[in-house]
Amino acid sequence: MSMAHKPRFLIAALVFYAAVEGFSRIGLLNGYFMVIINESLIYVILAVSLNLINGITGQFSLGHMGFAAVGAYTSGAITTIAFRLSPDRPLDYSIFVLSLVAGGLLAALVGFLIGFPSLRLKGDYLGIVTLGFGEIIRTALNNMDFVGGPRGLLGIPKFSSFTLIFAAALISVIIIRNLVESSHGRAMLAVRENELAAELVGIDTTKYKVLAFSTGAFFAGIAGGLLAHLLQMAHPSQFGFMGSVLILIMVYAGGIGSLSGSILAAFVLTFLSQGLLLGIDALANATGLSIGSEWRMVIYSVLLILLMLFKTEGLMGTREFRLLRIPEEEK
Amino acid sequence: MKSLLKISGMTHRFGGLAAVSNLNIELPQGAIYGLIGPNGSGKTTTFNLITGIYRPSEGSIRLDGREIAGMKPYRIVRLGIARTFQNLRIFENLSVLDNIRIALNGSAHSGIIPSVLRTPSFKREEKAIRDKAYELLKGMKLEYRADQMAKNLPYGEQRRLEIARAIATEPKLLLLDEPAAGMNPKEVEELMALIIDARKAFGLTILLIEHHMKFVMGICENITVLNFGETIACGRPEEVASDARVLEAYLGRRGAQC
Repeated sequence: MSMAHKPRFLIAALVFYAAVEGFSRIGLLNGYFMVIINESLIYVILAVSLNLINGITGQFSLGHMGFAAVGAYTSGAITTIAFRLSPDRPLDYSIFVLSLVAGGLLAALVGFLIGFPSLRLKGDYLGIVTLGFGEIIRTALNNMDFVGGPRGLLGIPKFSSFTLIFAAALISVIIIRNLVESSHGRAMLAVRENELAAELVGIDTTKYKVLAFSTGAFFAGIAGGLLAHLLQMAHPSQFGFMGSVLILIMVYAGGIGSLSGSILAAFVLTFLSQGLLLGIDALANATGLSIGSEWRMVIYSVLLILLMLFKTEGLMGTREFRLLRIPEEEK
Repeated sequence: MKSLLKISGMTHRFGGLAAVSNLNIELPQGAIYGLIGPNGSGKTTTFNLITGIYRPSEGSIRLDGREIAGMKPYRIVRLGIARTFQNLRIFENLSVLDNIRIALNGSAHSGIIPSVLRTPSFKREEKAIRDKAYELLKGMKLEYRADQMAKNLPYGEQRRLEIARAIATEPKLLLLDEPAAGMNPKEVEELMALIIDARKAFGLTILLIEHHMKFVMGICENITVLNFGETIACGRPEEVASDARVLEAYLGRRGAQC
């Protein structure tokens, strides 16, 4: 009978969860810190799912936040309506989970449709089409009055807790990891490596490009839903081009094609961004100089440039954490 | 003998230029058949037509009596035609093992859900695929390279990997585009032995393009010679080698002015 491998990644993740939850309960981690952790975990989902499209399948997508927007608005609208219909009822988590899945599925449908231009376009050209798509979503939301238009969708109930976000991130990572470590994942890698050769060893390249886009979009939609229920709002400006670029930076900074890299970079860059904010404030207070917080992005960018200069292949290259790998000997 | 591949009246034009014109080839089951000709004579175009990269402007291509002209490449592969490329197209940044496993995807039937859940049947299938891949690598004397990245292999081994990958798709017909290109004489001899072995072991029919005359003459039972897309000769190697039009195509007309 076959032996399952030790779920080392699951164990490590649960230790992380227990530590954060424990420290937060005894007051070692304040609310501010928990917001950053939650945001990092949401970015883990976004970066890993974009890596499936860009890193594993080799399609250049620049509109990932567009998928997140679809998920955020869909699930946000569902729970808001449910909440308005019966404001006295306690928060019902099953509605939340259903709304997340609905948001993910709608995003996947959009990803499926976006997948089709990718069949004809490659590289930069595909990037421009996906960029345009992201802007279309943002502009459309800006003009849809029933979801708040330019004011955004407000009053979304606060469903996203650390526990739920953590669970969603863990499940997303494991699903995408398992997908990559299967015949389907190998087919996606083949598309990235050499599309013609993939086709000529019997891979239906069309199917796998569309699969990558719709799967990536599904998880981006889930992440969007989590974000909306964390911030209790969804606003078109959150889902613009710069948001998509930030996710793309995480994928590259972590190592294109490395899921571990995306996880690492999501944490590092989210913490870096907040850390610089605090650091600059502290420096300004200590020295009495008026250092504006706009310097944050300057330093952040310089650090990114240095990273890409000295570690071109990203933090992890194409390697994976040993924890995340499924050993070849596993029967 | 029963014919496996039958190309009749196949023409392909790029704009006004006929890269292949009125090509007729019939490959009996189990044959090793050569396609030769000077550069630009339409050999690789013929391979691209057979494998579905191009759709022929005219004519038909039948595999086991079934028309395949105009089908998508991956469907043609699944019907039993595999090929290698003149300029290698291995999956460079993947392991040697994965190169083969990708070509075995046709025998992977686990859907996405069982794969993600890693069900017992998925794991059994993965193990079967891995064992099969090792077996194929062994046949090409590459199993000791299984875990290495394909791009780190020496050239001759990359060529063998590409052939192993093609065989992994379980073809009836194998198209080899200049398999001996860039190989030294010893490697060429090994390759000839390997191809003859593979034909026997996997019941292959082989159509190959090659400039290496010793290789072609030594291994092929029948040859078609192309020049500017036209068939100028076909027959047994010794007949073709002494054909006046073939000599002219390769060497030029006797008495041409210099």
